[in-house]
Amino acid sequence: MRETAAERWSRRIVLTLLAGFVLVPLYVMVSSALKPLQDVQGAFTWWPRRPTLQAFVDMWSTVPLGRYLLNSLLVASVAAIFSVSVAIFAAYAVSRYRFRGRQVFSVTVLSTQMFPGILFLLPLFLIYVNLGNATGIALYASRTGLIITYLTFSLPFSIWMLVGYFDSIPRGLDEAAQVDGAGPLRTLFQVVLPAAVPGVVAVTVYAFMTAWGEVLFASVLTNEDSRTLAVGLQGYSTQFNVYWNQVMAASLVVSVPVVAGFLALQRYFVAGLTAGAVK
Amino acid sequence: MATTTSPPAADRVAGTARPARSAARRPRRSLLPYLLLAPAVVLELAIHVIPMLVGAWMSLLELTQFHIRDWSGAPFVGLDNYRVVFDVNSAAGAELLRSFRVTVVYTVLSVGLSWMLGTTAAVLLQRPFRGRAVLRALFLTPYALPVYTAVITWTFLFQRDTGLVNHVLVDQLRLVDEPPFWLIGDNSFVALLIVSIWRTWPFAFLCVMAGLQNVPDELYEAAAMDGAGFWRRLRSVTLPMLRPVNLVLLLVLFLWTFNDFNTPYVLFGGSAPAEADLISLHIYRSSFQTWDFGTGSAMSVVLLLFLLLVTAGYLLLTNRRRNDA
Repeated sequence: MRETAAERWSRRIVLTLLAGFVLVPLYVMVSSALKPLQDVQGAFTWWPRRPTLQAFVDMWSTVPLGRYLLNSLLVASVAAIFSVSVAIFAAYAVSRYRFRGRQVFSVTVLSTQMFPGILFLLPLFLIYVNLGNATGIALYASRTGLIITYLTFSLPFSIWMLVGYFDSIPRGLDEAAQVDGAGPLRTLFQVVLPAAVPGVVAVTVYAFMTAWGEVLFASVLTNEDSRTLAVGLQGYSTQFNVYWNQVMAASLVVSVPVVAGFLALQRYFVAGLTAGAVK
Repeated sequence: MATTTSPPAADRVAGTARPARSAARRPRRSLLPYLLLAPAVVLELAIHVIPMLVGAWMSLLELTQFHIRDWSGAPFVGLDNYRVVFDVNSAAGAELLRSFRVTVVYTVLSVGLSWMLGTTAAVLLQRPFRGRAVLRALFLTPYALPVYTAVITWTFLFQRDTGLVNHVLVDQLRLVDEPPFWLIGDNSFVALLIVSIWRTWPFAFLCVMAGLQNVPDELYEAAAMDGAGFWRRLRSVTLPMLRPVNLVLLLVLFLWTFNDFNTPYVLFGGSAPAEADLISLHIYRSSFQTWDFGTGSAMSVVLLLFLLLVTAGYLLLTNRRRNDA
């Protein structure tokens, strides 16, 4: 099947336009982070005329970026680890057992993902505040509350993707282990999980990204101490000044690890999506 | 499950001590999946299902700033909050209706264009060529980027005096004389839409790319053998084979985009201009500005009912067509 010249050239043109659309903001993020403050406050220039790393130094003191970063790291990693652990057990049950309510569970869990966040933001806010007042369990304005909230956000999709992965692991392996006397949990940990490592890693990264990027609940459920990057980065725009070079520098630092992690694992995401979509 | 009635017995079912019946393996077997699911179910109940029910209850209360500290004392007002929401002559009702209209147009345009871009890119990247892997990684980057860093960068691009967009339009291309405002007024909707598409189309691309891997090469070879050109192959092979993926993808994109809060919240720094006031942000702002959670909850419930209605209609329609075919 040969490609005609017209096809080849239209492909090149369309892909170049798309790449430009994607690239421009990314380029501006990088190039503006390398400019001194005066240069981002004047007319826009494509090229940083006086490149400097000063923004990467200053950004730590303009706002307490270190604390926000630590909060985000803590919240996102703990939420990701718990979310994946819970998802592994649930996905194992859905993949390997036929029980009453299996279909209901799958549909309900996936559909909660689709509901508007604002719908449970208000009640959740009130529940956390009142629970804190009544029992002293601090969920509002604490990292714990945020962790619990976030781990449910990634849960549905994590379960869905892991079911796809587990389904692709032949049952014969399970049965062989069971003949050797392994119980269900040992089968899960010694047979199924090792075969599904790429899926588990991809799901972990997905759960981390979900928590790392969440804005709505972070803006309501945190205070100055538990604030995450999602809200904290807005601190660079004050009444008098917007430190655009520092905003871009901080954005860059915050983005590179997740983007790198995602791109490194992208083929496992594609595989997970394919596995899920086949059903 | 419903055989035990006394609490101690119920405790024992959940625990491991069941000496009398441990020889009978069937009941224990059937309990295991429920135990495996329990943590997920408890979490979903606690964070999603129960708050949603509480939210429905809240929508029936006069839950204003005077009652938020102690909401058990909030008076029950029945459907009064809903009356306010649906009354287009009241300020709150009129603003909600306007926000709803904006959101509908926004969703249709953003989902439609994102889907088109995603499908185009996936189809064009189907066959191997030099630089394909680089392009694929580049196209996925907006999806991987944390939403607030991506959108905040766009805020910078759209600045009137210091942004790239006006620099290109006014100084370089000289298309307009006076630099326009992008983040207030009519243009804010266009700005919002562009940012939304930039962030959304890579997900469509990812899903369509995954879907294309299930299309066997032989189909294309057979089509090419029959003399089918690019468009013919797209219409007769690619799109029909992608139908299952597209059915799910479009629904997911619709729900995500309709509920979008992050893009306008970050792009406009907390409060969107009327032209770009999406419904989630609108409910958020009217709830937390006036501390009237009762009306806010009523708006949220109406939003949910609308989404359920559309989803149900969509599923019915697509299922019927599949059955006909």
